[in-house]
Amino acid sequence: MSHADLANLSDKLMLSTVVLYIVALVAYAADLGFGQRRRDAEIAETTKAKVLVGADGAEVADASAASAGTSAGPSAASGDDAGADGRKVEWMRLAILLNVIGWAAHLGFIATRGLSASRWPWANMYEFLAAIAFAAVTAFLVVMWRYRAQFLGAFVMAAAVLALGVANIWLYDKAGPVVPALNSYWIAIHVTAAITATGAFTVAGASTLLYLLKARQEARLATAATAATAATAATAATAATAATATAATATAATGRAAGSGPAPVAATALGGSGFMSRVPAAETLDRLALRVTMFAFPIWTAAIIMGAIWADEAWGRYWGWDPKEIWSFVTWIIYAAYLHARATAGWKGRKAAILSLIAFAALLFNFFGVNYIFSGLHSYA
Amino acid sequence: MTNSSDTTAAADEAAADEATAADAAVGAAATAAPAARQAPGDGPRPKGLGPVGWLRWGWRQLTTMRTALILLFLVALGAVPGSILPQRGQAPEKVADYFDKHQTAAPWLDRLSLFDVFAAPWFAAIYILLFVSLAGCVIPRAVKHYKSMRARPPAAPRNLSRLPQSASYETDASPEEVLAEARALLRGRRFRTDLSTGGGKGTAGSAVAAEKGYLGETGNLVFHLALLALLFALGMGNLFGYRGNVVLAEGKSFANALNNYDQFMPGRAFDTDALAPFSISLDDFTATYEAKGEKRGQATDFEAKIRYRDEPSAPEKKYDLRVNHPLKAGGAKVYLLGHGYAPAFTVRDGKGDIAFKDTVPFLAMEQRNYTSEGVIKAPDAEPEQLAFYAILWPTAMASEDGKQIISAFPGPLRPMVTVSSFKGDIGLDSGAPQSVYKLEGIGKTLQPIKGGQKLLEPGESFELPDGAGTVTFDGLKEWTSLSINRDPGRVPALIAAILAVAGVATSFMVRRRRVWVRATAAKGGRTVVEVGGLTLGNPTPEFDDIVAALRGPVAEEPAGEPAVERADERADEPGTDRDPGSATESKE
Repeated sequence: MSHADLANLSDKLMLSTVVLYIVALVAYAADLGFGQRRRDAEIAETTKAKVLVGADGAEVADASAASAGTSAGPSAASGDDAGADGRKVEWMRLAILLNVIGWAAHLGFIATRGLSASRWPWANMYEFLAAIAFAAVTAFLVVMWRYRAQFLGAFVMAAAVLALGVANIWLYDKAGPVVPALNSYWIAIHVTAAITATGAFTVAGASTLLYLLKARQEARLATAATAATAATAATAATAATAATATAATATAATGRAAGSGPAPVAATALGGSGFMSRVPAAETLDRLALRVTMFAFPIWTAAIIMGAIWADEAWGRYWGWDPKEIWSFVTWIIYAAYLHARATAGWKGRKAAILSLIAFAALLFNFFGVNYIFSGLHSYA
Repeated sequence: MTNSSDTTAAADEAAADEATAADAAVGAAATAAPAARQAPGDGPRPKGLGPVGWLRWGWRQLTTMRTALILLFLVALGAVPGSILPQRGQAPEKVADYFDKHQTAAPWLDRLSLFDVFAAPWFAAIYILLFVSLAGCVIPRAVKHYKSMRARPPAAPRNLSRLPQSASYETDASPEEVLAEARALLRGRRFRTDLSTGGGKGTAGSAVAAEKGYLGETGNLVFHLALLALLFALGMGNLFGYRGNVVLAEGKSFANALNNYDQFMPGRAFDTDALAPFSISLDDFTATYEAKGEKRGQATDFEAKIRYRDEPSAPEKKYDLRVNHPLKAGGAKVYLLGHGYAPAFTVRDGKGDIAFKDTVPFLAMEQRNYTSEGVIKAPDAEPEQLAFYAILWPTAMASEDGKQIISAFPGPLRPMVTVSSFKGDIGLDSGAPQSVYKLEGIGKTLQPIKGGQKLLEPGESFELPDGAGTVTFDGLKEWTSLSINRDPGRVPALIAAILAVAGVATSFMVRRRRVWVRATAAKGGRTVVEVGGLTLGNPTPEFDDIVAALRGPVAEEPAGEPAVERADERADEPGTDRDPGSATESKE
């Protein structure tokens, strides 16, 4: 194939990728939304069944405690219940299938783009952003495969579609040669590392964002659950006249369910709120975010250092406080702060998560802001 | 420094608590990052402590993780203005421009060193504090780590079943046999092991304590120490190195001496006599541009053919100097940074004598097609000095409305210059330095010559009115700007950087693991074996493999025992953390 054919093919593959990702996004979202509604219905049924069986107040309280207990399983270990609901599995399967095909098209786009220009396919902002989206989707697929993090699918797909949309609408550039400064084997090393790290940081960012939402919801539901438990116990006490003792045990039982286990117990017991109940416990999200960040951070470090080596070859200095260098450094520092905060009492959890999001914002700014607002040596746009 | 060991001692206790506490799973940090820097912040406030007490308190505050976090954040925050405001080190002309535009704000910003952020005292204060804080934490930690690598693994906690990972089983083997076997097994897995005999404090039965994964902490420490080394390397480069810029036109030579530089920035401790005596001649510079298609005019390659000598007596060597392909000469590095056009002119004065004959570097007025401007100064012209302002179009053509000349391509396809002539006093005789790119005193000492404008192609001459002289556009050459520098911190910085990356990767991949095996004689000649595991961060499947290997051969019939055990052990020797199967089975 000629270079023009390849360039043409790469443009078409880009279009296919975007379409596939959009459909995958819808399927992931459908899984989050409808999957939950069906399960809510199931829970309601089981609860009702138990309430019907129970004649006196003590058993009512018991039933709610029991349903809390049963629903704790699936939400804590998300994915284990995949077989329980046929249609939900279909949505998820469809989403993953489309995602993987989209990913392959994306890979094809990058390969043909590089071949058509006979160089590494990340030499301008369009290609760079497309490659970052690819890295993010790849990181997500790996995380999904290793940690069953399907729930991130909708968010990562949304980010990828957004990135590819921006790339195609505002940054599109025909395949062509590079400026001499980029004509170095370092582009294969430095830029690849930066892309990989950015992709992984995107997944970590999605997980962190979910963590913050989920943690807030868990905290709210935990308080709500305590109140509800008290109320149930009270009704139980009035309904069963001579059952003060049983009411007390019921409270104790439900109290234990809400207090000892992770908070989603309470969340699902109360019917949850929307898709959030499809998302695993906050602690799991936090740990996932940390793991992915711990993967990305050394790569980002290496990307900066290899950039310095390249800068030393190309511009005669390895560190010159170019805007890109400043913001890479700022990003690195804040992620380092996050990793330290994550291991420090009093900073763990919410504060650390916010640091991580600030770092991600700095990363995004480093990509867009620095290239379009400041003039510097990295302005290849 | 003694104070800091208190800090770590407290941290030590915290770590020990963590090892024994029942809720260690919740408390254990998931990173190998310094989890220990927490203790002292909440201590009692010093009251009437005296100077030493205050110093100690201050040192403790400085070395806490909280302070380090704040300092990290401040470094990040402090770096931001460096990207928003123009910086003297990178673009002094933009700083001057900013001063013109913001006459009230600029002096204030300048007082805060905001045009020189990375050399600002406050920025230095932040990062020096940060690095002192880092050193104050990491160095004692390194000592402690070194000791703990040589010390015995920590003794078994009383209640192994309260650890995040635990198992227990009974066997017919005697406690001694069990422990000996456990020790051999753990050693085979490259744990450091220690056997403690039971008895004290109601602990029944002897136990094997094993620990491994010191490399994680080593990597962590190497990372932090490498950052310190990196800072020192950068400082050393700044102190002892130099950098300078030279504009060199085709056919010209440069010898590495101070007065040959157009711009020279030595480090504070740099000795000017130490400039390596190399020399460079530029024979030919070629810029290649994309000639057709949408990317027409985009540069694809720059190449400068040079000859150089490492020292005056050394043989001459050839080199193709390109972007990303610097020259190493006499301990310095020479980079191709920029380029431009240098038209050659000959100026004859009113008497017909040659007053000037040379190439003149022109500066690009726009980067796309290299329309360039420059000046020619002929102070030797008689009776009056002559000067010219000229605009060059590398590929001249008429603009669309036909009224102007524009350049249509950055390469020299059809070069043309227009010259405007001046006569009078150029101002060079006073000895005051002047830019070679500008004429000074136009309208005052220098008067424009009426009818002194002319469009010239290469080889054409222009006879000035009133017999003032002639100017000839001899042809078009190009100049390159070279950056020359020597940085003694370069190699140390590179080594430190590589160590830092290796260190941080290692510290994230290797985690410290502790395993304890306790065997207690029970009734009926049976032995109760308890196994407990504590991994920094999350539990790993490795523990379950160890338990399986321990009980497997004992519980089953002894015949198949050695083979099974061997196979097990070998299978997960390298990548134990990554075997999901065995993890979930034996737990829960």
